[in-house]
Amino acid sequence: MDRSDDIRGATPRNPPAKVGVHRATGGADSATPEDAALIERLLAGDEAAFAGLIDGFHGRLVRLARTFVKDQATAEEVVQDTWVGVLDGLRGFEGRSAIKTWIFRILVNRAKTRGVREARSVPFSGLPGLDDVGEPAVDPSRFGSDGMWADPPRRWEDDTPETLLLREEARGRLEQAVEDLPARQRAVLVLRDIEGVSADEVCNILEIADTNQRVLLHRARSALHRALDRCLEEE
Amino acid sequence: MLTCQELTELVTDYLEGRLSLWDRVRFRLHVGMCRHCRAFLHDRKLAIETLGKLPADPIPPVVRDELLEKFRGWKR
Ligand SMILES: [Zn+2]
Repeated sequence: MDRSDDIRGATPRNPPAKVGVHRATGGADSATPEDAALIERLLAGDEAAFAGLIDGFHGRLVRLARTFVKDQATAEEVVQDTWVGVLDGLRGFEGRSAIKTWIFRILVNRAKTRGVREARSVPFSGLPGLDDVGEPAVDPSRFGSDGMWADPPRRWEDDTPETLLLREEARGRLEQAVEDLPARQRAVLVLRDIEGVSADEVCNILEIADTNQRVLLHRARSALHRALDRCLEEE
Repeated sequence: MLTCQELTELVTDYLEGRLSLWDRVRFRLHVGMCRHCRAFLHDRKLAIETLGKLPADPIPPVVRDELLEKFRGWKR
């Protein structure tokens, strides 16, 4: 088999991150030349550049904010706060991380602060909570006593991400399954898989340890896989 | 040998490139021999790729106007 096993390609064989140490710099997510060019335009007051930025990010930020606060209106407010934070910080942006990562970090900090202040947040600590442990990736009844498949998976042969998302039922189920995840799993999944942030940066942004990040990601991906499985099974 | 059930618990570490060399070999050996787990791995990757393409909602026009206004204020 080849490299295509590593879905994102960007993070195979990371050196084991030290638990509790958050690297502030470098890595796969540092600013790109495009980022640098965009910052330059923004600093020059280029309104089209800012319009492009908010068009590209606003909805994604709301989606991430929903992980930390309980309703849509509060999420919108958090994102507005975030844009203010972005403008405030723009002149000091040093390019140590990608713009995307930088903006996500601002959002997560604002969302947590607001959540705490207004007591409307989903409690968010670095450790997996009760919701996050114990559940097997696949229903154990699908395996025989020897641990081999008794009810084997059906290969989604003819599907691509594009065809799946075009089916409203499948897309709706997927979105619902994301919403139904416990908060920590949801935050990790949104950042890692939906936004494609590197594992290191996810740990960094959420201030969680590498091992926890992967446990949460595993639970979340397994839940999504099961949801999609059920949906495709019913067709 | 790894069981199918064990494989479904290792799949994230595998895809994240975080299995030890030995476990990675065991994982691949199993997948090489077991078409059900090949299907599982295929489906898992498809699910992840699909997540990566989930579109977000567009920015509401009112919010967009407000933010552009803020940007003009910031410029000065
Ligand atoms: Zn198998």
